[in-house]
Amino acid sequence: MAKPILVLAEQHRGEIADITFEMLGAARAVAGATGAPVFALLLGSDAVPLTARLGAADKVFLVDTPTLDAPVPSAAATALKTVQEQAQADLVFIGCTNISLGIGPILATRTGLPLVNFCRALRVEGNALVCTSQLFGGKIAADVKLPDMRGIVCLYPGAFPAEAGRGDKPPAVEKVPLLVDPPKVIFKQYLQPETGDVDITKQSVLVGVGRGIQTQDNVQLAEELAQALGGAVCASRPVIDQGWLPLSRQVGKSGLSVKPRVYLAFGISGAPEHWEGIQNSQCIIAINTDSKAPIFDGAHYGAVADALEVLPVLIEKVKARKG
Amino acid sequence: MNLYVLLKMVPDTVEELNVAADGKSLDTEFLRFKVSDPDEHALEQALILKEKHGGTVTVVALEAPEVDEVLFTALAKGADRALKITTDQTRLGAFAAAQVYAAFFKAGPGQITPETLILAGSQAIDDLEGELAAYLAETLGLPYLGVVCNVARANGKLIVLKEFAGGLRGQFEIGLPAVLGVQSAEKPPRYVPVAKVRAVMKSAKIETVEVGVSEPAVRLQLERLYKPEVAGRAQMLEGTPEEIAEKIVEVLAKQGIL
Ligand SMILES: Cc1cc2nc3c(=O)[nH]c(=O)nc-3n(C[C@H](O)[C@H](O)[C@H](O)COP(=O)(O)OP(=O)(O)OC[C@H]3O[C@@H](n4cnc5c(N)ncnc54)[C@H](O)[C@@H]3O)c2cc1C
Repeated sequence: MAKPILVLAEQHRGEIADITFEMLGAARAVAGATGAPVFALLLGSDAVPLTARLGAADKVFLVDTPTLDAPVPSAAATALKTVQEQAQADLVFIGCTNISLGIGPILATRTGLPLVNFCRALRVEGNALVCTSQLFGGKIAADVKLPDMRGIVCLYPGAFPAEAGRGDKPPAVEKVPLLVDPPKVIFKQYLQPETGDVDITKQSVLVGVGRGIQTQDNVQLAEELAQALGGAVCASRPVIDQGWLPLSRQVGKSGLSVKPRVYLAFGISGAPEHWEGIQNSQCIIAINTDSKAPIFDGAHYGAVADALEVLPVLIEKVKARKG
Repeated sequence: MNLYVLLKMVPDTVEELNVAADGKSLDTEFLRFKVSDPDEHALEQALILKEKHGGTVTVVALEAPEVDEVLFTALAKGADRALKITTDQTRLGAFAAAQVYAAFFKAGPGQITPETLILAGSQAIDDLEGELAAYLAETLGLPYLGVVCNVARANGKLIVLKEFAGGLRGQFEIGLPAVLGVQSAEKPPRYVPVAKVRAVMKSAKIETVEVGVSEPAVRLQLERLYKPEVAGRAQMLEGTPEEIAEKIVEVLAKQGIL
């Protein structure tokens, strides 16, 4: 029988993250072709009640050592390696998320297993697993082969259906007693995001600006449009990093996920880390000078144009409509 | 503090990326390289730490197109030393690059002291094998944290902020020596005028270093690179800016916004 697939479940403060179900679904799909069992690993002293939600796994390993409560990559890698060896799982799935970032390379260094990052699709070819990864902000795809299904794969959030990884039958649970040394990276506390003046997750219209907006003054134009539409301005990471807008306006992987009725994207390339935060918008309209920008692959409407030329005209037209 | 910043060159995605005839690499003919965005933030964070706590900032890079200019720019911004390892970066995965850097830090000029802090960008757009900083930390046996957005020093320890999702941040305490993957510096990277970079090019020099890792392993079996097949494509609104704006207004009306 094929060797098991081990999924590192992600939980954050008592909630199972969607990526966990996405990974379990992806593992089930591979298992469907190879007959491999699917195992999940849950970490943390408060994780016991969460095992019931991982019914898509054939078995859940639980390491409830309190040292694993803090999100420290090297400690998680220690637990993962122990269980991976015990279960003889040569294929390990980890989420491509901020919380899990770094666990994969540490495990790869300790085990010698190859690691494939940014994975968005998987297929079985004979004895091998072929992973399709997205590189260069989504502009190039790479197919990588893992012979004998051996490797660590970091799966991109939103790329695999979460529904396929939900199951309600209670899985078998195996507690793994494990002492993990207190890590050298000591977790102190969480810092809640400063609540901004506007909650961008509650807006029905968002005007998103990216690096293509070029200057802080131009952000003002977007602000004017947002006001005319009764919405708010938000931004991709480079705009926030420049300090042109506060952190409470950042959309994406490290920022917020939004789901407005309309998301207007001006000068945003549509990198996977930004896409993650806007994919649930009802309607995305993208304006970008580059006809090949990845954002046009997912947006509902697009225009190849200079944001700085479209914005002023659009503001006038919207104002005229509103009277 | 003994600060090291590892700089990586990546293709500038403003230019169109094409796949070479071998189907496994990028066509280099029109490729332009720039320093990876988060690496610029790593440098900025190092410069800020030096300004606050003293010490030296050494920037290190592997051989790559246009890397000299990036190293000179780092010197112009305030780095004290620039080193270039002669190994070609463009053929290496993150794992192999980490082995080269590990050799650099174990021997050679990069001796690790109790005051050493190694900063790299948290992740690059072509990190198909994962993050350099994590591989390097593990190979050197040093503590590591990634997606870092602030580093301060208090009572001999580092107080480090890491980004989680939704704007949430976590605060960690880490002893030196350590390796951090920086996502963004506490302030936007400083700007340095071209004239200053030119002046530095005349007065300063980049030291080259050879590292005794001959042919580091590439662990992945790359089958092919290609432009992704597009699943769905946006309905394109064509015309002059005026016409495009008019069409956007229509869409907004259809969506019930106007
Ligand atoms: C761990 C991690 C977390 C991250 N978290 C986030 C996150 O939360 N949110 C986020 O957004 N990113 C995040 N990123 C960064 C992400 O990878 C991208 O770098 C970022 O989204 C790119 O922003 P951008 O589209 O504004 O810039 P670019 O990719 O530089 O794109 C600018 C676009 O503007 C276009 N343009 C230029 N001039 C004009 C003009 N005059 N008119 C119209 N278009 C123009 C260009 O054609 C280009 O497509 C994260 C990255 C990592 C590694």
